Amino acid sequence: MKSALFASAAVIALAAFGTPVAFAQSRDTIQIAGSSTVLPFASIVAEEFGAAFPEFKTPVVGSGGTGGGLKQFCEGVGENTIDIANASRPMKDSEKEACTAAGVTDVREIQFGFDGIVFASASTGPDFALTPIQIYKAIAAQVPVDGKLVDNPYTKWSEIDASLPEQDIALAIPGSNHGTREVFEEKVVHVGCEEAGLPADAPEDACTTFRQDVVVEIAGDYTETLARLNSNPATVGVFGLSFYDQNKDTLKVATINGVVPSLESVAAGEYPVSRPLFFYVKGQHIGVIPGIEEYVQFFLSDAISGSGGSLEAAGLIPQPADKTAEVLAAFEAGAK
Amino acid sequence: MTATVSTTHQSSLERTKLIRASLTRRNMSEKIFRGLGLAAVVLALGFVALLFIDVGRKGIPAFTQSNLHLSVTFDPELIGVEPPPVQASGQSDADFQAADLKWQRSVAMLNWNKVVEASLRTLVPAGVEISSKDLLAIAETDARHEIRERFVADPSLMGKTIEMDVLASANAANWIKGNIDRSLPDSQQQLSAPARAVIDSMVASGAISNGFAWSILTNVDSRSAPASAGLLGAFVGTLYMMLIVIVLAVPIGVASAIYLEEFAPKSRLTDFIEVNINNLAAVPSIVFGLLGAAAFINYMHLPISAPIVGGLVLTLMTLPTIIIATRGALLGVSPALRQAALGMGASKTQMVFHHVLPVTFPSILTATILGVAHALGETAPLLLIGMKAFVASVPVTPFDQATALPVQIYLWQGNENRNFFEPRTAAAIIVLLLVMICLNGVAIYLRSRLEKRA
Repeated sequence: MKSALFASAAVIALAAFGTPVAFAQSRDTIQIAGSSTVLPFASIVAEEFGAAFPEFKTPVVGSGGTGGGLKQFCEGVGENTIDIANASRPMKDSEKEACTAAGVTDVREIQFGFDGIVFASASTGPDFALTPIQIYKAIAAQVPVDGKLVDNPYTKWSEIDASLPEQDIALAIPGSNHGTREVFEEKVVHVGCEEAGLPADAPEDACTTFRQDVVVEIAGDYTETLARLNSNPATVGVFGLSFYDQNKDTLKVATINGVVPSLESVAAGEYPVSRPLFFYVKGQHIGVIPGIEEYVQFFLSDAISGSGGSLEAAGLIPQPADKTAEVLAAFEAGAK
Repeated sequence: MTATVSTTHQSSLERTKLIRASLTRRNMSEKIFRGLGLAAVVLALGFVALLFIDVGRKGIPAFTQSNLHLSVTFDPELIGVEPPPVQASGQSDADFQAADLKWQRSVAMLNWNKVVEASLRTLVPAGVEISSKDLLAIAETDARHEIRERFVADPSLMGKTIEMDVLASANAANWIKGNIDRSLPDSQQQLSAPARAVIDSMVASGAISNGFAWSILTNVDSRSAPASAGLLGAFVGTLYMMLIVIVLAVPIGVASAIYLEEFAPKSRLTDFIEVNINNLAAVPSIVFGLLGAAAFINYMHLPISAPIVGGLVLTLMTLPTIIIATRGALLGVSPALRQAALGMGASKTQMVFHHVLPVTFPSILTATILGVAHALGETAPLLLIGMKAFVASVPVTPFDQATALPVQIYLWQGNENRNFFEPRTAAAIIVLLLVMICLNGVAIYLRSRLEKRA
């Protein structure tokens, strides 16, 4: 018993004294967090980076949504803060202010490609050919009828437009922590809203006030949206194009303005609902955490994010090579 | 006389009747109660069985993997690279290492997919037209890394042909195992029609065969090569956290329980502490996660996503459980034992450590192991301290980034390649349950052994 006591005392002492020593140990792994849309791409780059650069460790990639990632990013400078934030939308002014206030003054934006946002329903259900105005009419809390805002009267898609299936309206859209939500509002709802023509006296947020009875906001990943579709097959869900690509066996994609979303139609600019993808690099960590510069260069290299690269195979829509060169030049110019 | 006898007789008859009537009622209520109890047990077991059968049915197929047997030719035309540097006599070690690193980098930058494609081409049956993209979709993307590593390890392979096994891609595995409906039209399939035909002919010719999926136990998580995703990193992360919990929570928990139960004066302060410990045991684990993020990461500047922080958070969570269990065990020791020890002239410390503690040892041990097992399955607090990140390496120390087994389950269930990862998730659950059953088994074994001795 006595020896056990001594042993546990020794262990406590070791734990107590061991910790401060370890504090001094510096981080040598790049830490990334943010958008769940960018996560698969960033994870692939991280793995390939670890394989291609034997001298650096494989970066660690977390999720949490664009908003969550940028919040972590702007917490400050130092080893216990992340180095790179993935984002599926550009940084907002309020986030920039938060960053500056916390001392994160050197933020470098990297745009690396595009992603399409698709509307998909269960593969067993009817086909959908949607337009922004139809989606707006399905989702808004109040819609204009004869120049007046009234509570949304539609319960079936066919009531909005005779060409749509006679199916109850149910939508699963990304929650406000996702960058996808903003793109959805900007590229679909606002467009439809303008087309519908709100009366002049309508409140400012009339376009983006959604009805609560048929709209579900998903705070989690696309798998959660998919689960929602499985439990209610009448649901139309909002997904990333790459997610749809991986689950074609259970999902059926809707056309927007008659255009089928695909790598080609997004890259050609025909499919209207697409957005650029970004990551933000904390300039103050370059040279402190090893490998950040190489990671960025590797990410933007032709073999990774260029056309025919590893990321295209995973569903990223590559951006033109001169844009990539411009982004890389801006990143490297900032390094001075 | 007779009248009284008859009345007493009558009254006793009536009493018997009353008793009889109540007896049936009481027997009835006993039967109902037993029936309800049995039904509850059957229902509970039914749910457990349902869970196990469901997880087993989904997860067991994931323990087989599809191996692709390739003959890889290191064709100098495809691998146009200089021979590796050799340390010259006057060259310093640092210079040589830099040159070697540069060579390795140049090897890494080569397009090894051409080598993979060339060896896959030899297996394509005659008459099938297949594009290189469709062909490459059959082998997992890490095949090129494996081939490259072979070459880096032995550059003399240039120009030679070797036999090696690589993994079939996740989509190919889905097709082979029937995870994806084979009757779906082309537009809903992940693989192109020629790729599927080539896979079927490979299975028929034996170029693809199924084997036990060691990869799930010996590999780290992977996104770029999903078929090779494994649990090793998460397992080691969990192991570190459990070690930290055992090393910290057990001595601190047992010591505070002994102090509070045996030495502390009964006062308002100790009452207050007791109430607080009981409350802490009931605090939801997610609160400990928030506390951990604030205290250990923001204030103490410990690294994010590291098992050290996870271990500390889980220690805080387990401490109240261990303290309460230990105090309960100490309270259960008969006063006769204490008085006998004190009567023989033992000091209070001697009494506690020589006589009371050994008797309670089995229950403390059981409580500890159950507390640790509980901590092992805890996920919510880990999500808040950044342990849900994608980590593609095995942590070397508790200060390195890692995930944990339950978090890995959470991450896999959210993976976009659901046909492949649904079974993988169930397989990870099986591994986690096995670890739990082992821990509980150890608890039962130790308890029965120690109780026999005591």
